This record gives sequence, C-alpha cells and structure tokens, in this order.
Amino acid sequence: MSSQVRFTDFKSDKQPTWCPGCGDFGTMNGMMKALAETGNDPDNTFVVAGIGCSGKIGTYMHSYAIHGVHGRALPVGAGVKMANPDLEVMVAGGDGDGYSIGAGHFVHAVRRNVDMSYVVMDNRIYGLTKGQASPTSREDFETSTTPEGPQQPPVNPLALALASGATFIAQSFSSDALRHQEIVKQAIEHDGFGFVNVFSPCVTFNDVDTYDYFRDSLVDLADTDYDPTDREAAKEKVLDADKEYMGVLYQDEESRSYEQTHGLDSNMSDIDHEGAPEGAMDLVREFY
Amino acid sequence: MPADFNWAIGGEAGDGIDSTGKIFAQALSRAGRHVFTSKDFASRIRGGYTAYKVRTSTEKVRSVVDRLDVLVALTPRTIEENLDELHEGSVIIYDGERTTMADVEIPDGMIGLDVPLKSLAEDAGGAIMRNVVALGAACEATNFDIEHLDSSLKKRFGDKGQALVDNNKQAARLGQEYVQEEYSDIEFDYDLETTDNDYVLLNGDEAIGMGAIAAGCKYYAGYPITPATDVMTYLKGRIENFGGHVVQAEDELAAINLALGAARAGARSMTATSGPGIDLMTETFGLVATSETPLVIVDVMRSGPSTGMPTKQEQGDLNMMLYGGHGEIPRFVVAPTTVDECFWKTVEAFNLAEKYQTPVYLAADLAMAVTEQTFEPDAFDMDAVEIDRGKVVDEDTIGEHQTESGGFKPHELTEDGVSPRAFPGTEGGAHMSTGLEHDEQGRRTEDTEMRVKQVDKRNRKVETAREREDFSPREFGDPESDNLVVTWGSNEGTLVEALEFLEEEDIDVRILSVPYLFPRPDLTEEFEAADEVVVVECNATGQFADVVEHDTLQRVKRVNKYNGVQFKADELADDIKETLAPDEGQEVEA
Ligand SMILES: Cc1ncc(C[n+]2csc(CCOP(=O)(O)OP(=O)(O)O)c2C)c(N)n1
Ligand code: SF4
Repeated sequence: MSSQVRFTDFKSDKQPTWCPGCGDFGTMNGMMKALAETGNDPDNTFVVAGIGCSGKIGTYMHSYAIHGVHGRALPVGAGVKMANPDLEVMVAGGDGDGYSIGAGHFVHAVRRNVDMSYVVMDNRIYGLTKGQASPTSREDFETSTTPEGPQQPPVNPLALALASGATFIAQSFSSDALRHQEIVKQAIEHDGFGFVNVFSPCVTFNDVDTYDYFRDSLVDLADTDYDPTDREAAKEKVLDADKEYMGVLYQDEESRSYEQTHGLDSNMSDIDHEGAPEGAMDLVREFY
Repeated sequence: MPADFNWAIGGEAGDGIDSTGKIFAQALSRAGRHVFTSKDFASRIRGGYTAYKVRTSTEKVRSVVDRLDVLVALTPRTIEENLDELHEGSVIIYDGERTTMADVEIPDGMIGLDVPLKSLAEDAGGAIMRNVVALGAACEATNFDIEHLDSSLKKRFGDKGQALVDNNKQAARLGQEYVQEEYSDIEFDYDLETTDNDYVLLNGDEAIGMGAIAAGCKYYAGYPITPATDVMTYLKGRIENFGGHVVQAEDELAAINLALGAARAGARSMTATSGPGIDLMTETFGLVATSETPLVIVDVMRSGPSTGMPTKQEQGDLNMMLYGGHGEIPRFVVAPTTVDECFWKTVEAFNLAEKYQTPVYLAADLAMAVTEQTFEPDAFDMDAVEIDRGKVVDEDTIGEHQTESGGFKPHELTEDGVSPRAFPGTEGGAHMSTGLEHDEQGRRTEDTEMRVKQVDKRNRKVETAREREDFSPREFGDPESDNLVVTWGSNEGTLVEALEFLEEEDIDVRILSVPYLFPRPDLTEEFEAADEVVVVECNATGQFADVVEHDTLQRVKRVNKYNGVQFKADELADDIKETLAPDEGQEVEA
C-alpha cells in the first residue's frame, strides 16, 4: 500500500482556517510529505496535536489522530506508541503548548526517547489566544500582555533538549519546503525521539520573527562541514547566542528507543482471550 | 463478642513494624485462620508511631474492633496509644533491656512479658531479627504452633537463602523458649486453633492490580502517591508476564495522558492515584469523556483537602468523582466495598469503560487499599472473569460506519449512544478525535444542532447502561427491618460486623451497600419502606447522603466519621443505635 501513498492522502477535506500566509501551512505540508515518503499511510499513522493554531494541524490532516488538552500532547503520543509500536506516531504543537504549559513533559519525553517525532511550530507568540508573549518571545518583544516585553530571556528549546539527553535535535523553517521536509523525514527515521523546532511565522501577531528575518538570518548546517554526531559541537551550536541554525544539530547514532530498551514490540490492542489470560490463577496462588 | 483474637505490633516507623506484622498475619492465614489487618501509620519514613494490627478468627473477619489481646510494644508510646483497647488479661511483650522500655509500667491486670528481644536476636545471628523473637514469644502466649510461623518466614526470606530463613526460625524459637522458661507459671488465656483451610491474604491495592491483569489490562501509567502506589508496585514485575507495561510518569497530568494514548491505541489502560492526583487529572478526564475513550482511573481516597492527612482514611472525593471537571461529563463511578470486590469491580470497570466508551472512576479508599484480608482462593476465580470489548469494528465491518465519501464515524449518532470503535491500524478507520465539540466523524463543529445531538448521544450512554446493567446494591441484615442503613466503600465489612452488636441489643437493621455511585440504583422504594434511613460514610458533610436525599426526595440521618480513622464495628453499632433512637439512647445512659 505504502508505495501508492501520496502525501495528499494525509490531507483531510477540512479547509484550514489559518490566516493566509501562516507558516503552519508549510509546516504541515512538509510533515505530510515526510510521512508519505517514509512509507506510511493514514491508517498506520497516529498524529497527536496540542492546543493552539499549531494544534489545529490534526484536523487538517487525515490519519488516526487526537487533539489533546493544552500542553499534554507528548505523553499521549508516548502512550500510543508504547501500546502499539507498529504505528508511526507524530506529535505536533506550538511553542506555548510545548515549552510553557508542557515544558515539564518536554524534558521527560526527551529523556524517555520513545520512537516518535515531535514537531513544534515555533512562531514566538501565542497565536490562537491573539498575540501574547510565548516562552520563545524575545526579551523586548512587546505584546498585549507584555507591553514592555517579557523582560526575561527566552527558553532555548534546543539547549533544553540537549541538556535533557536528546538523541535527535533539529531545527527547520516552514518556508524552506524541501529542507523542512527532509529534516522531518530524518526525525521520523531516527530510532528514538526526533525533535524538530520549526520556525513557522505568525503573520498576524509577530512582526519581528518574520519570513524575511528567518530567511536572512538562518544558517543552514547542510552548507557547512558540521558533524551532527559530535555532541560537543552541538553544545556550541545550541548555545550560540549570535546565530540561528537550520538542520540536524545533534543525532546520537547509538540511540535506542524506549520500546527497544523495554522490550515493547506487541500491539497491546490485541486481547486473545475472552476471560482472564492464561496463568492468571498463579497471581492468586502467590498470596497463599 | 465474636471468638476472635486481636494482635498488634507497634513502634517507630523504621522499626520493621509492617513486615513483622505481615509475617505473623501470613502465618495465621497459612494456619487456616481468617485474618483482617489494619495499619496505623504516620506520614513519615522514620520516627513517628506506627502499628500493624491483626484481627484473626476461624470465622470470617471483616473489620477492626477496639480490643487488643496481645501487643508487641517496641516503644512506651505503643502502650499509651493502645491503652483503651487493652484489657484485663492482655499480654504485652516488650524488651526491658531497651533503654526506652526500662521503666515501662504494665497496667494492672495485664500480663507483661519482658523478653530480651535484641540479645536473643543477636544469639540467633543478628539484632535485626528482634521482632521475630517477639513473634516467637507471641506464639507461646497464644498457644500457636510455631511451625506456621516457620512457613511464613520461609516465604518471606526464602529468596535470600536458607541460612537467613534458619536464623529467623532460630530467633523465633529463642523467643518462644524464653517465655516457656521464664513465665512457666502463667496460664495464657489464648489458644489459636488452626484449620485445614487454604486462604490467600492480600490488600485492596493488590486486588485492584490483579483485577486489572485478569481483565486484560496491558498498560498502566501512574505517579507515586499514598495510598495508591501499591497498585503500581503490584503491577510492575507482574503485568509484563502478560504482555503489559508499567510507566512511572513525571506527574499525574502525564500519567493520565499516557494512559489515554494507550487507550486510543486500543489497549486496556489504567491509571491510579489519590485525591491530589485526581485534581490534576481532571482536565484530561474531560477529554477522555469527550473523545469517548475507555479508561479506568482509580482513586484510592485519603484525607483531604490539599495534602490533608496522606496516610489516613477518608471518603471525601465522592463529589469530585461525581462532578469533577468543567462542563457536563458522563462517567461511571464504581466503588468496591471489600478487598475481593476491588478485584471484581476492577474487571467490571474495564468492561464498562469499553462497552460505553467512557472514563470509569474506581472509587477505592485507604482503609480498603492497605488492609490485608484472607479469602478462599476462589473468591478470585479467574474462570469467572469475562471480557467485553464493546463495539469494536474491523476491516470487514467498518463499511457500515462510514460516510458516503468513506470517512469513518467514531462518534456516530446511535440509538444507545455507543459508537463504533476502530483501533488504529484498521484500514479505512483513520479519524480524528478531539476535546472540541465534534460531528460524527470527530471533526470540530459549532453547529448548534450537532452540539445538542452529541451531548445527548454521550448522555444517552448513561441511560443505556441503566437499562442493560445491574446496579443493585449489596444487601445484608434483616430485609424486613424498618431501619435502613446505607453505605458505600470500605464501611460495608464494618457494618456487617456491627450487625452482631446491634442484634445483641435487639436492634434490627437492613443494610444496603452501594457499589455503583454513578449511575446508581434508585433507592426510593427502599427509602419509602423504611421508617428511618441512616447513611454511613467517612467524610464530614455526608456527600453520599446528599446525593441520595436528592435522588429520593427524602431526608436521611447521617453517621459520619472524618478523624482519619475508619469505623470500628462496636463503635459503629453504638453510633447507629444512637442515631436511630437518640432519646432512648440517653435514657439508657441515665
Ligand atoms: C489549560 C489551558 N490554558 C489555556 C488555554 C488557552 N490557550 C489556547 S492556545 C494557547 C497558546 C497557544 O500558543 P502556542 O502553543 O504558541 O500556539 P500558536 O497558537 O501560536 O500556534 C493558550 C494559552 C487552554 N486551551 N487550556
Ligand atoms: S494567528 Fe498567527 S499562528 Fe495563528 S493562524 Fe494566524 S498567522 Fe497562523
């Protein structure tokens, strides 16, 4: 089946209600293409979405999917994958969803290293709630809730991931369609938690982190002789305050997924007995 | 007074009270005696008074009473704490060589057995066995065959090598012999008969875990919290043998979301927590219900609000389970009433969750969760377990539930309110689920008509369940009595034992113990047939009493206990007597 799957099979017939020009269009297209190109089809794919403009992605895609509560998409994705490792699991959300309310889960999802991909549409603002500061907003970025700017340093998701023991860290840009799709593909193919922070501009509320800004400032690591398996080099890059990078910043080639480590290889939806499983009476005997 | 015997060991947390108590309880169980244990513990790891109490009889025992026949006191406070329960002829075993115990005074009429626990333990191979020396002494004082203790010691220490087992046996012997020799002039009143019966001894948390495995649960995610942690501890190391997995999540928010994910993938999935964790799970609880995901959520209640008294009994979360969450959420709230019912109700919870595609709260409580009780093994008859996965569709049947353009309808508007369910991987079943209001295909909608239809559909499941399931209460006592006593949760056993005390005073009562709190049985007829209705529960405001008053439009009397300690049979009998006829009660006093 997979050879005939086209990326449009992952499209639902719902028309996105994103603002014209929103970065999320490009982000989603790249995700669908990456899923199709890695041999997946809608019936074996599970997409978990967060809450936010970004989280609407689950509605516009066609696959098994759930649109969760704000900030908790990662544990849902991990639960799906552990219960059925045959599924391709992709989690998507925004910077507010992932690094603010869901920051705790992010750290632990990274540590857990479940074999799934996590795509964060980072627009450095809260879109859906109409333009408040997000944890990745710049210190001086004026918003309705921070008229003088947040006056706190932004969260550095890449550094947070690296510090938490990430096995795959990447950054992409929604409007660089080919590179974005390639990077998400690599995240899917990675044996473990494939984390991609995607710059996905909000054209309505963020006039600083714009398409032009990213186009001019992003350094594509593919154009350099960067070695993503070198953790020391990755440290330097993710902590670089002067530049922003695109590409795979770090990949641990030795990565073993949670499922491998814990020997999870069966589809837990199967219950092949109509009563208690065989040997259940031993559980009772143990209490003699 | 029933022909039972009450025993306790008490000291400071960290003294090995729990494991010593358990060894003795197991020895009694292996000797064919019924056992009911209770724990008195403080919320700290070291220091603080702790006791493990064992009530035993050759008959079934269902509760604790205010009486202690033998007490192993490792600290003077142990005696003070239990003074009310000790009586003439009670035996107190203590170690007079222990500095803090040097000056203890044994109350008049009681028998003090001063046994050098530590020195004798050292003779047997190590001071750490001093509690086992006390158990040997207790065997002598109760005429209990020490070989049963040997068998329990073997079970407990067998994994660690024969030498350790032998040393412990020896320690017990030294305790026994010491009492034989030094107190040969004392005639002890007790004689713990043994029988040939085989019992199993387990607590409510363990029974819940066992029920989950029996029901085919494969996935458990939880975050440690007293008194629910034992469910996770039980499952870990066992569920794997049945193809399952346990995850210790980073918090309860993650726990319920992990469990939700696994449930959406089609696994029978569960999480367990206590009050504070239920609070955290509440937002996702709404998502579970709206996305119509089957999930079992266990609340092992403890004293609240906030951190309350983490190691103390209460049934204060009923309102939270019945009403918690914003908006209106159809749900099941099932409350096991005994340790064995913890098993059966867990099995049932999974079936209800999948048949009706709703979250199910299993409302357990601390008193039941940490209480070990003996049962005939067939109280957990695995052959009687049935699994009903509800309306699951596969490749062949999915066509009946698709739109014209081939979209699957996971929220199809059906007559019974239950929609088809397709596990991920099922061809043609790909669909979106969401906490947003949605149409039959699961897509977001704000269409006013569809909103009403979906709300009605979800609520209809409750009506369907009322038609299809048997939500009857469990009944005890005199069915003809005009005095109706209603309760839920772990009070059932205590209430059943209280019957005997009430009978002695010529008070007859009919007892209804309600295991289904939502949807629940309609008790109107029973209430109308009774002259007096008393609702017994472990909380201050009478949450269940409020609910049944609302259901039946009839005022009820209340017996509430909320000091952190479960009811005791004799005390509860007095409370009920007093509540049924307060004036009469006072006359008797005067
Ligand atoms: C518990 C909870 N708190 C607050 C909200 C409101 N809320 C919805 S989306 C959002 C922020 C979304 O920001 P981000 O993740 O950056 O996504 P974007 O809309 O920018 O794509 C908030 C605060 C909510 N839905 N749930
Ligand atoms: S508000 Fe911003 S993030 Fe949301 S859809 Fe519009 S452009 Fe996109």
